[in-house]
Amino acid sequence: MIYWELFLAFFIPNIIGYGGGPAIIPLIEAEVVGRYDWMTAQTFAETLALGNALPSPIATKMAGYVGYEVAGIGGAFIAVAATVIPTLLLMLGALGLLYRHRDSPRVKRMSQWVRPVIAMMMAWLTLGFLLESLNTSGAIHTLIIGAVAAIALIRFHTHPAFVVIAALIYGGLFLG
Amino acid sequence: MKSRGACWQLFWAFFRVGIFGFGGGPAMIPLVRAEVVTRHHWLTDEEFADVLAIGNTLPGPIATKMPGYIGYRVGGVIGCIAAVIAIILPMIVAMIIMLGIFSRYRDVAWIRGMGQAVVPVVMVMMAQLTWDFFDKSKAALGWLVSIAMAIVAAGLIYWLGIHPGWVIGAILAAALLRPAGKKKAEGPA
Repeated sequence: MIYWELFLAFFIPNIIGYGGGPAIIPLIEAEVVGRYDWMTAQTFAETLALGNALPSPIATKMAGYVGYEVAGIGGAFIAVAATVIPTLLLMLGALGLLYRHRDSPRVKRMSQWVRPVIAMMMAWLTLGFLLESLNTSGAIHTLIIGAVAAIALIRFHTHPAFVVIAALIYGGLFLG
Repeated sequence: MKSRGACWQLFWAFFRVGIFGFGGGPAMIPLVRAEVVTRHHWLTDEEFADVLAIGNTLPGPIATKMPGYIGYRVGGVIGCIAAVIAIILPMIVAMIIMLGIFSRYRDVAWIRGMGQAVVPVVMVMMAQLTWDFFDKSKAALGWLVSIAMAIVAAGLIYWLGIHPGWVIGAILAAALLRPAGKKKAEGPA
């Protein structure tokens, strides 16, 4: 039962999420935090922070860790398999068909039309993180960390790993 | 013949991509290209562009579809498995170990403080992604349609509680089935 839920929780976001791994994050959050309640917003944020600080695809890192948290090694395997295998099989199986339609306006439209919805879910998730942080760390710390992180990431293109490490140090010193 | 050597080459090529590729799948494509086209000559430039275009016709992470397909082409089923495992497994293990240690000491005040402090950082990262996706959406659909679709979808998902899978599924079906030519999307019916 838990394996089936894990499979669905990762299969659905990956089969509808156009735009690569990052597009899938808000869809996974809707399942993992919103629907099944496997994680709190706080632990999901921590997972995402470490995921963004480490290399390799984000969707499989999230799937592997959430699957492991929920149901051990077997859970990790199911969640990763649900992330990787369905679209990979489609790609291998329908290559000729996809090749013919790779420039088709309808196919382009699919990812274009989904994008505003994904953007909206990302905005919703951003707001969720803001409220979570205001609630646990208070407005002043949220503002300081958020502003410094925004300047570092957007203005100076600092590597996400360094920003996460800096936040960890700040949190260890001032939020303990 | 699909030799064991080819599978090892695939494994190490995608292992390197997985270790050095930061920023999620789409940001890793240049690294995949460097291994597959420049270093190992498994695909030509045009073939690589085609594989990327085909991968983008499908949903799901791009950084597993490409290694899977290229692995299959170079080394059959074993090659496919070797390439996918090489790119994803090392950092999944790292996540489980690091977060495992972290959550064990969650009761310690300063460890909990560290966890709290990353939330605003993730918020900024998600805001960046939001902007990026909205910007691309605006370029393709115009800001009016983009915002209208976002508002309708928000109402359906967060106000009426409809599962996002149905909303996005309906949009995908409409995009696929609606005759080509016209531009607009009404929200899902």
